[in-house]
Amino acid sequence: MNNYIFQSTLSRKNLMAVTGLFLCFFLVIHLLGNLQLLLPANEANASFNSYSALLSGNIFIRLISYVLYFSLIAHAGDALIITLRNRKTAVKYVYDDRKQVSKWYSRNMGVLGTIILVFLVIHFKDFWYVYKFGSLPYDRNGNKDLYVIVVSAFESWWYVVLYVISMLAVGYHLLHGVKSAVRTLGLYHPRYVKYVQLIGTIYSYVITFGFCIIPVYVHLSQFGL
Amino acid sequence: MKVHLKVWRQKDAKSKGSMVNYDLDNVDQHMSFLEMMDTLNEQLTLKGEMPVEFDHDCREGICGTCGMMINGQAHGPVPGLTVCQLHMREFKEGDTIYVEPFRAMAFPLKRDLKIDRSAFDRIIQSGGFITANTGMPAEANNLLIVHETAESAFDSAACIGCGACVATCKNSSAALFTSAKISHLAKLPQGEQEAAKRVLKMVSKMDEEGFGHCSNTEACEVKCPQGISVLNIARMNWEFNKASLLH
Ligand code: HEM
Ligand code: FES
Repeated sequence: MNNYIFQSTLSRKNLMAVTGLFLCFFLVIHLLGNLQLLLPANEANASFNSYSALLSGNIFIRLISYVLYFSLIAHAGDALIITLRNRKTAVKYVYDDRKQVSKWYSRNMGVLGTIILVFLVIHFKDFWYVYKFGSLPYDRNGNKDLYVIVVSAFESWWYVVLYVISMLAVGYHLLHGVKSAVRTLGLYHPRYVKYVQLIGTIYSYVITFGFCIIPVYVHLSQFGL
Repeated sequence: MKVHLKVWRQKDAKSKGSMVNYDLDNVDQHMSFLEMMDTLNEQLTLKGEMPVEFDHDCREGICGTCGMMINGQAHGPVPGLTVCQLHMREFKEGDTIYVEPFRAMAFPLKRDLKIDRSAFDRIIQSGGFITANTGMPAEANNLLIVHETAESAFDSAACIGCGACVATCKNSSAALFTSAKISHLAKLPQGEQEAAKRVLKMVSKMDEEGFGHCSNTEACEVKCPQGISVLNIARMNWEFNKASLLH
């Protein structure tokens, strides 16, 4: 092993890809938890709260959460370094039509990432911080009642709209991110390319659709729909 | 046919350039883009003005010397062509055509549309070779190579180093070029021996020359006149990761 591994443009992107893929894995766990919000209100309440308690109590999950915080910070930090260098090497044409030959979201990962970052700050403040450090009521089973916090947030339509827009940003970020990460790591075999792309695309649609449907459903159910 | 040209004119590396307008009345549809530029230059010479300088050599699409941005796209609007293979029939009567040099931090401009692409040469010099005794050519079939492998190495070797991949990349990344050179040699038994050393050297040279990161937008593959696949980039990343972990 030598210093190439830390210094080159390729290794910098490795960090981005590894942390990005870890975040992708985490999104699956997060979505599975959130899907409980689609249960009938009574069940959803108990099940969501006990799931949250389970996660925050478990030492193994706690370790994973440190990996998660590290991944987020490293990913965003690395994104900043990479985007700055890309700014530096970028050039200007009087007439520039290069956009014809690539997807807009592949060229704007930094913008999409920034939207995600802003969303994450709000998200952490409203739910994570409140759960960890705020004073929460307890539910029937003696678990902190995160459910009421979530449901009351989703009662306002603008919160739902912000949430959905952020999830679309996540969706486009993933649509390019997953296959890009696999390629960055060099795990791209000619025979499996098609499948990697397909899995990446299906994954992005499932995650985006899953996270979008929940706030909309919770919002509509306050009207008894 | 008639065309209006807006061409980047710049006296030398240091001076400030700008777009200059030219009108051409007698353009034939069957002319190549470079023949059209020749026509312009003849007119300029007759008027006693400096002709527009641009790079070209074979005019057969095989040498990789030509290259310019035409209406904001590397080598013009048709994918898979070099400028010398682009013909005026792709344009319409009265079209306005913007002609600019390939731009990149690592490709300093010399004059008008002429750029210095020696950064590519230096990347190759840093490791794009095999350290073999160059005696008499060996019997080609002494070394048995599976047909598919030979074909695949040949596909990578098809890169003519024109620089369109860099010019079309939003980050001016040379990933497609460098990876084609790396894969070409890594795929063959002759090149395998030095694969690790080669990839580390060529990648760090690529960085040093001031090319950007690869964001995997795949614009390079679309604009490559030789259809070099982005899978070469995956191969380079794989070779690089393997080498930097194990060597
Ligand atoms: C849930 C959160 C996130 C997930 C799952 C995620 C996932 C990914 C993945 C898998 C990649 C591909 C890596 C590669 O190209 O090799 C990526 C790239 C990228 N991410 Fe994220 N990301 C997240 C959040 C963020 C945030 C908060 C930022 C910015 C502050 C960001 C900025 C970027 C940028 C700029 C790239 C592309 C770099 C390039 O041009 O190649 N991401 N992300
Ligand atoms: S002049 Fe040789 S490829 Fe165009």
